[in-house]
Amino acid sequence: MSGTELRQRVLVLYLSTSALDSPTVGWANYDGTGATSPTTGDGDEPPYPDGVAALRDGWRLIQAAQLIPPYPGHEYDVSFLKHEFLFEKLVEAPGRAA
Amino acid sequence: MTAHLLTSAQMARFVAHGFLRLDAVVPDDLNERAVDVLTAGIPAVPYGTPVAEAFPEGSLPRRLVAVPEVAGALHSLVGPEPRIDHHAVHVREPGQGSAQPLHGDAIIDVRPDAFDVQLMYYPREVTLAAGGTLIVPGSHLRRTNESDTGRYQNIRGQHRLTCPAGTVVILHHGLWHGGRRNDGGERRYMFKIRFNPTVRQRLLWDTRDLADPAVAEELRTQFPWYEQATGRLELHNRVRLWRALTGDDTFDLDHWVTRVTNRPTRAAA
Repeated sequence: MSGTELRQRVLVLYLSTSALDSPTVGWANYDGTGATSPTTGDGDEPPYPDGVAALRDGWRLIQAAQLIPPYPGHEYDVSFLKHEFLFEKLVEAPGRAA
Repeated sequence: MTAHLLTSAQMARFVAHGFLRLDAVVPDDLNERAVDVLTAGIPAVPYGTPVAEAFPEGSLPRRLVAVPEVAGALHSLVGPEPRIDHHAVHVREPGQGSAQPLHGDAIIDVRPDAFDVQLMYYPREVTLAAGGTLIVPGSHLRRTNESDTGRYQNIRGQHRLTCPAGTVVILHHGLWHGGRRNDGGERRYMFKIRFNPTVRQRLLWDTRDLADPAVAEELRTQFPWYEQATGRLELHNRVRLWRALTGDDTFDLDHWVTRVTNRPTRAAA
């Protein structure tokens, strides 16, 4: 038998500051429905200009990066993108055959 | 050689961008021969082999590094007689299903006053569909280890390389990059050589324009993906690299380094 089941879509936005309404500087998508296969370098335009725009389109914020002070002696180091926000959408997708 | 050395402004651009493009500099006869040579494979050499010992006279790699624009850029960046770290032929088949995760090569490498470069040679035209190398300008000073950046699928201002046949791109060892999925109909070829310097990397280029305002202008370049605050640290770190490359400990951009290192020891009268 088959029907529909809930699947998770995940959107990761990297923003310019720790504010959710600051501009998007990087992004990633992961699709639990299997309908699409997002991958590295597949687009130059961000899906949303900022984090709030994603909320307005129905994405639910599930995690925001903590604000961690620099380790002493490493105040000028640059490393990963700091302001990472994870969103999800639960969508209906065809269920697996029993 | 001198005619093809990089200028100070070009070196500053490399310090800011982390890579240098030399479009269509390799002659057609070499490009035409390259696909067969790369398909057959180029024998590996031990780490640290001098160029002259690594590749026979007249061979494709030897001729490639002797192309005047390539030789001038390599001399400017890593100096005379660099050693071959390793080399590799990358072939991406059409329809190949996955892209490489965004990464920096080897392992995290935070040398403040030295760097390796990676030469990437494209003997055929690379189209957007063929999935050329993805490069993130200005990412080379980020302290990240190999593919720990794999979660980043796209970054604003990223460079999805498309280029004419015979193009060479030279990357700072830390630059984030990755081979994109080949959604085109033809094989994509790239030949990579990593070079280790054997001399101090200081003033190895054509320095006649060292005091030109274009140098500071290049070093001030901001990229669309830089976070507001961290983008300032990038400028600070470029100043430190430029000081190492020039030996000029007074160089600065807008007081960024001078301000935060000012610790007077003179007692007030």
